[in-house]
Order: sequence, then C-alpha cells, then structure tokens
Amino acid sequence: MNLTMKNVSKSYGGCVAIEDCTLTIKPGTFNAIIGPNGSGKSTLLRIASLLEEPDRGEVTYSDSTGVLKKDISLRRRIAVVLAGNTLFNDTVFNNVAYGLRIRGYKRHIISDKVHDILGRFQLSDRARRNVRTLSTGEAQRVVVARALVTEPWYLFLDEPTASLDPVNTELIEAVLREYSFRDGMTIVMITHNMFQAKRLADRIIFMYRGRIIEDADSSRFFTSPEDELARRFISGDMVW
Amino acid sequence: MNEILLAFRKAFYLIISLDRELIEIVSLSLCVSLTAILIASVTGIISASLLAFRRFPMRGLIINLLNTFMGLPPVVVGLLLYLILSRSGPLGFLGLLYTPSAMLIAQAILAFPIIAAMSYSSINSVSPDIRLAALGLGATRVQASIAVVRDARYGIISSVMAGLGRVMAEVGAVLIVGGNIAGYTRVMTTTIALEYDKGNFSLAIALGIILLLISLCINSVMYLLQRRVSK
Repeated sequence: MNLTMKNVSKSYGGCVAIEDCTLTIKPGTFNAIIGPNGSGKSTLLRIASLLEEPDRGEVTYSDSTGVLKKDISLRRRIAVVLAGNTLFNDTVFNNVAYGLRIRGYKRHIISDKVHDILGRFQLSDRARRNVRTLSTGEAQRVVVARALVTEPWYLFLDEPTASLDPVNTELIEAVLREYSFRDGMTIVMITHNMFQAKRLADRIIFMYRGRIIEDADSSRFFTSPEDELARRFISGDMVW
Repeated sequence: MNEILLAFRKAFYLIISLDRELIEIVSLSLCVSLTAILIASVTGIISASLLAFRRFPMRGLIINLLNTFMGLPPVVVGLLLYLILSRSGPLGFLGLLYTPSAMLIAQAILAFPIIAAMSYSSINSVSPDIRLAALGLGATRVQASIAVVRDARYGIISSVMAGLGRVMAEVGAVLIVGGNIAGYTRVMTTTIALEYDKGNFSLAIALGIILLLISLCINSVMYLLQRRVSK
C-alpha cells in the first residue's frame, strides 16, 4: 500500500504549518522525518495518517487495485502514536487492548495479543496497573505497544522516544526494527535524534519552515546532502 | 434535654424495629430519587457529550444556562411544574399532579443541570489528544467520543453523586407537586417538615438520621472515587 501526498498545504488561523508538500512513502520502508521545531513535521504526520484534512492538495493510499477509499477499514490499517502522554486513564492492559476491542476481536484473542506485546516491551508485570503509576519510560512503551498490537500496515510515530533514557529508547527501537524488518510494516517516525534516524531509517525527509527540503536515502542524506540547509542541519551549524 | 434524648431513643427504636411507615417513606424516597437520577444522568451525560463534541448555534448560551440552573431554587421548579401539571395547565390532562411521577419529574429537572454542567466540565477537561489518540488507533468518531467520556468517568460519577445529594435533600418542589399525601407521595424530607409541625420529633429524627446516613454513603463513594483518581 503506497502513501502519496500531492501539493499538501495546511494553515492554522492564517499561520502556514506546511506548504506544497509532495511525498510518496513506499510499503515496507522505515522513514524518518527530521527538522527543527515548528518546521511542520507533526502537521505532516497528522495529515498523512488521516487524522487531519489538508487545506489544499491530496493524500491517497493506493494498492494494486487502485486508490483506496478513506473509510474506517483504511483507517484501521493505520496506527498513530502522538507526541506526549495520550494514554487513557485506565490499566495498562485496557490501554493496549483498546485498538483490538474497537475492531471487535474476541476476548481470548485480545488477551493473547496484549500479553504477547506486553512481554516484548517488558511490561508483563505492569498489566493490571493504572498507567498513572508508571514511569515515563514505561508509559511511552505502553503508548507504542498500544499502536503495534493492532498490527497496522502503516505506523506513524511522533517523537516516540523523546525524553527517554538509552535503555527505554533501545527497547522501543528494537521492537520497531523487528516489526519493520520482519513484518514489513511501513513506519514513518518524527525524531529530533539524528543518530536515531541514522540507526533506523531507510529514508530521511528533512523539513524546514513547512516545506520538504530534502527527501533522500538515509545513507546519501547523511553523507552527501544535496541541500545547503540540510547540510547545515546535519552538521549542527543551523541557527533557526 | 430529656425530651431530646427521648425523641432520639424513640427514633432509634423506629429504625431498629423497621417501622412499617418509616420503611415505606424511605423506600418511596429512594425509588423516586434514584429513578429521577437515572433519567437526569442519561439525559445529562448525553447532553454534556453533545455540548463537548459538537459545534452548533446557541451552544454557548446553553452552557451558560446549564451553569445558571445548577442553583435553580427548588420551590420555583415546584411552582412552575405545579402550574404546568395542574388541571388548567398545558399538561393537566396527564393527571400527574400529586403523584410520585410529578415528584420524579421535579427531581429530574433539579438534577439535570448539575449532572449536565459538571459532566460537560469533566469531559472538557480531558486532553483533546485523547480523542485524537483513539482516532489514531482506528476508532470511529463515536468510539473516540466514548473513549473521552470514559476518561472523564470519575468526574461524571461525582456529578451524578452531587445530583443525588441535591434531590435526596430537596423538600420544596416535591412538597408542591407531590402534596405530601400519606402512603402515596410522602417522602423523607416532606415527612420531617410535617412531623416537625406536629411536634412528633421521633419520626422526624429517625428520618433525619437515615438521610444523614444516605448522605454519608454518597460522600464516601465520592471520597473513594477521588482517592482512586489521585492514585
């Protein structure tokens, strides 16, 4: 399933968030969106994941049968991890089970899937605890587990490891890598961590002031970026 | 002093011996108030959800009115309802005046703004990201709204408890529309008022103790909920 964004623009109260963004995401790839704060990364992610409508331009998902209708069945092949704490005030189990329950899975299947994913994130002993009692790292692992348990074709993540220690970051990265390489899940992740982008992504999308400045293979982007702004951003010379 | 002690002794005897009249009054009170709360809760929570998730004309005015009506004087509600339900009133043909149904309507009207306004406030205080997170996990708009309401559940339960507290202690409206008819529309608060007039303090005190115990139960539930939220 391909994702294509054509000339997408979005403004909030007259303030341009993204402008004329064109992008194609190929299935099975790991994509990192990088750029300074306020460059439109989160807006791009929310529009690409169908959480928001663009003011102009179009977003399409297509497969071999053609363009897919933007209905609930398409949206259920997509999962989004938003920035910040977006956990429901409930137990870890109920949070992770949410996506499966709304899809109408049977109880025993939900239980099996939730316990399996909690095991991968080393959260098995936290299943019955309220999410408010978790540490930041544990809570963030629950947020990612909650999205992954639905086994989406497209997974969008907005800074999933921001403010996490190296242990938690490594754990989340390992699971994401596993889903991407083993299951062929398409991942689009916003990150401020250049090393993380280098470690995980096949492709880098660099944004600046609402525009996509450079869109290239990870190895090429970090060794020989075409754009001067991208080069300055990578080298740390950019002052915004 | 002796008279007070004697009244308390008689009151405790009435409670312990499960006096028939006392049980009837308490049962009717609970039946009317709990039904009224059920109706006010369903309509109040649905209204609060619509106000929180939909944008429509006059929305701001409705929210303002709900907040204002939280302090609605019971006697005014009783009076207006009396005029509507009386034989010459627009709904007089229903024959509801001086029936438990009229008392139930009065109590539901009193509880509705409390439950709706407090529930709206609770739902509104849930981060908008929660709704977005639910949508991002594949929820429909209705499912995402339910997720938000669920997240506000402790605040909503508190609003229901506050509404129940108000209607249980209410006397003015039920007295006007119920008529305080023995064995038919006589509830705890109206009986206390009547027995006080008659100088029969033992039944009034017994009912007062029961009212206080119910109030204690309601507050205990609210306290436990608040503790659960803060954990």
